[in-house]
Amino acid sequence: MTAKLDVTLKVNGRTHKVHVEPRRTLADALREDCGLTGTHLGCEHGVCGACTVLVDGEPARSCLMFAVQAADKEIRTVEGLAKDGKLHPLQQAFTEHHALQCGFCTPGFLMLATGILERQPDISEDDLLDVLSSNLCRCTGYENIVKAVRDAAARMKAVR
Amino acid sequence: MSLEKKKYIGQPLQRLEDPPLITGRGRYAADVSFPRQLHMRIVRSPIAHGRLKSIDTAAAKSAPGVHAVWTAADIPEVPPIGFREGRIERLEPYRQPVLATDRVRYVGEPIAAVFADDPYLAEDAADLVTADIEELPPLLSADEPPREFEPGRSTEADIVRQGYGDVDAAFKLAHAVVELDLRIGRHSGVPLETRGAIARYDAARDVLELHGAAKVPHRNQEALSRMLNRPMAGMHLYEGHVGGGFGIRGELYPEDVLVCVAALRLERPIKWIEDRHEHLIAANHSRQQRHKVRAAVAADGEILAIDDEFFHDQGAYLRTHAIRVPHMTCGILPGPYRIPAYRAAGHVRLTNKTPAATYRAPGRYETTFVRERLVDAIAAKLGMDPVEVRRRNTITSAEMPYHRPLQALGEEIDHDSGDYMGLLDKAMARVGWDKLQADLKRRRAAGEAVGAGIALFVEKSGLGPTDGVRISVDINGMVEVVTGGASIGQGFETVMAQICAETLGVDYRRIRVIHGQTDKIEHGIGAHASRATVMTGSATHVAATKLRAKAIDVAAELLQAPAAALDVIEGKVVRTDRPDGPSIELGDIARHLSATSKTRGDREPGLSVTGWFTTEHQVYPYGAHIAVVRVDRDTGAVTVEQYLAAYDIGRAVNPMLVKGQIVGGFAQGLGGALFEEFRYDERGEPLSVTFADYLLPTVRETPRIDIMLTEEAPSPRNPLGIKGAGESGITGVGGAIASAIDAAIGKPGAVTQLPVTPQRLKELLKAAPAAP
Repeated sequence: MTAKLDVTLKVNGRTHKVHVEPRRTLADALREDCGLTGTHLGCEHGVCGACTVLVDGEPARSCLMFAVQAADKEIRTVEGLAKDGKLHPLQQAFTEHHALQCGFCTPGFLMLATGILERQPDISEDDLLDVLSSNLCRCTGYENIVKAVRDAAARMKAVR
Repeated sequence: MSLEKKKYIGQPLQRLEDPPLITGRGRYAADVSFPRQLHMRIVRSPIAHGRLKSIDTAAAKSAPGVHAVWTAADIPEVPPIGFREGRIERLEPYRQPVLATDRVRYVGEPIAAVFADDPYLAEDAADLVTADIEELPPLLSADEPPREFEPGRSTEADIVRQGYGDVDAAFKLAHAVVELDLRIGRHSGVPLETRGAIARYDAARDVLELHGAAKVPHRNQEALSRMLNRPMAGMHLYEGHVGGGFGIRGELYPEDVLVCVAALRLERPIKWIEDRHEHLIAANHSRQQRHKVRAAVAADGEILAIDDEFFHDQGAYLRTHAIRVPHMTCGILPGPYRIPAYRAAGHVRLTNKTPAATYRAPGRYETTFVRERLVDAIAAKLGMDPVEVRRRNTITSAEMPYHRPLQALGEEIDHDSGDYMGLLDKAMARVGWDKLQADLKRRRAAGEAVGAGIALFVEKSGLGPTDGVRISVDINGMVEVVTGGASIGQGFETVMAQICAETLGVDYRRIRVIHGQTDKIEHGIGAHASRATVMTGSATHVAATKLRAKAIDVAAELLQAPAAALDVIEGKVVRTDRPDGPSIELGDIARHLSATSKTRGDREPGLSVTGWFTTEHQVYPYGAHIAVVRVDRDTGAVTVEQYLAAYDIGRAVNPMLVKGQIVGGFAQGLGGALFEEFRYDERGEPLSVTFADYLLPTVRETPRIDIMLTEEAPSPRNPLGIKGAGESGITGVGGAIASAIDAAIGKPGAVTQLPVTPQRLKELLKAAPAAP
């Protein structure tokens, strides 16, 4: 066991002062130290993407990052998507298009899609499939996830 | 006001489950924590087969934060995990011990458990446990002759046999005999959430709680109370959100038992969360079988008999299902065809691999591949159109109900309703079969490797025998439906709420559905075998019907109106003959029925009822899949260009959710057909231990499919005509894709093994063309 370090995590605009070992993953710190269990761990080796969060706006696998590496960066998780009780367009589209069944992969897909649509609102169908192929879903067969992200992209553009 | 009654059944309504799941407020197993909890880490055998001579736990015990390290010697009172359907004496020696005693039989078998303050420390300490294992030669294939499991006992645990008719006579008389040797790979459900179990003993109430339950909480309550010698009232299981089931999650595993024993003994809550590597070597595998199958056929394509001998690769132990999968394999293989004589013998063989059990459509994915390969081979042999061979042999709607003296899941097969060939005809019309075939032929002539294939199948669903549901309305008019069902992510709550809403006459959003809580209701069989909507849904319908009658009875008295003139609409009892007349809210009726109410009269307190639904037979939905694939001759890659899943469900409670089940099942079936496989090296070392080795399809490999959902053959066996939806999407995929690949490469019968990986397909392309 190595000495714990004081780390400041900025998550969804709030500051969390946590005291963690250097080896503690960002995912574990978010879940266990910040109490934000919406970020899920599906493989802990960076393939499934269930743990995807945004770090300074970029989708990142929080299972492959140490909490200390995320110090003072802007982290966004699924808990921060809805604002003032109003669902984010992606959340709304996921429920309307039945883009989730068990819901375990959903936070990862929501954060992945949020990151990509904020950066590339006009992403082509083909590029979108490439991006979405970085996360795994075992329930839906993806069809409704793609529909939901497409629909949300249109809604987000309309708001802009 | 309008007296129009709102429809809920048959509507594609949004799910009640979604709000917490899309906002990160769900509670999956890993999200459950209790103060003072310890974390368990399992030490697993690194050897596939060996004598376990000793385990050194000293270093681990003195590691930081460690409270206990157990081996089998520490828990002598804990029996092996039993079979869910009861004792089967001759098979009991093959049950899995909770921790290995003197033998290890697969890589991943639990040999010790470490309990520590934090999961990182538990994992550190687990690395310090060393085992002295004398390696023995591993048995890695069910094809090989059986060996000794233990002195006087073979690794062939059983031979399951089912059949009827004079098979030998049929083969003697046959115009032709078709023989195939087919293999299905080792796959599993691989839900995105790994397993998890959190046990807490509350001495104040003398209750042992197990959180993280799924699929069959009540059945596991029975098993655990028996194993731990506790009253059932002092052993409760709690299902939270479940990150996918697919047959494998929620079974009773060694880790579930260990956290319970440890919570009692260490007097601390015990939390165990599986990692993905563990999941891929320790949670149930499934599917792996080799079939040597023969058909006797007449010159006109009639199948006179099928004779199947198969080898079921069970892995190291018999788990909770005992031999149900091979038994069902025997019972279900004939599927939609008549087959006058039939014989199946399944060799249940133990190997030094992860134990096997059920995965979505167990026995059906396998046998649909086998049976539909066989039908294609018959067509090739006789020079007939495969569709015509199917037409010649398919059970017709005039023959329904069609009884077959075979069993699946302990019940005789009794097809309830359906027009199997009619569905295939519609499916072919939908894809424009003749034109499609002409186009494909033209493309093949131009050098492309493209082809179409068909699989026809009958599913089974709605395993009984009995479900009970309690519905109550509170004084605010809110409804609670308490079930013994389970939710593994399929939309259980929404479906039950829709059935209750329409039957009772309330908005489905006012209904709260309880599942998977053993302290809320005594009886429950859970969610498996596509049973929830059929069985729990029917019980909900029965209960809601009773509750409606009760509410109307009270309202008739309070409103001084004839009961026949009353209806329940959107939570209110109203007069149908006088739309502007008096009405009363269900919540007010509940108030009148409260225990202290003076207007209750002689009635029992509470606006609540219990409804039961019991059935003797399962129900049989059916489907036809059509696949069009393109093969890349250079890489051996298969692209699915087009796919139609046609399915008759009898009645769809929520067609959006049914279609979701079909698309999701298809993706899993595609994984099994092309990508997914648990492989082992010659020492029994598992090679598929990460998501980089065990390849789940991503969005890139999963094409959009077309679904034709029909409701032409409602089941006569339940009040709503419901049949199950959960397994329909996966069943036909292996068979249809195999057939399409054959067509694409112009080699009938070429595909004899799933998955058809690029390597295997390149081998097929190299091999000489099959005889015409």
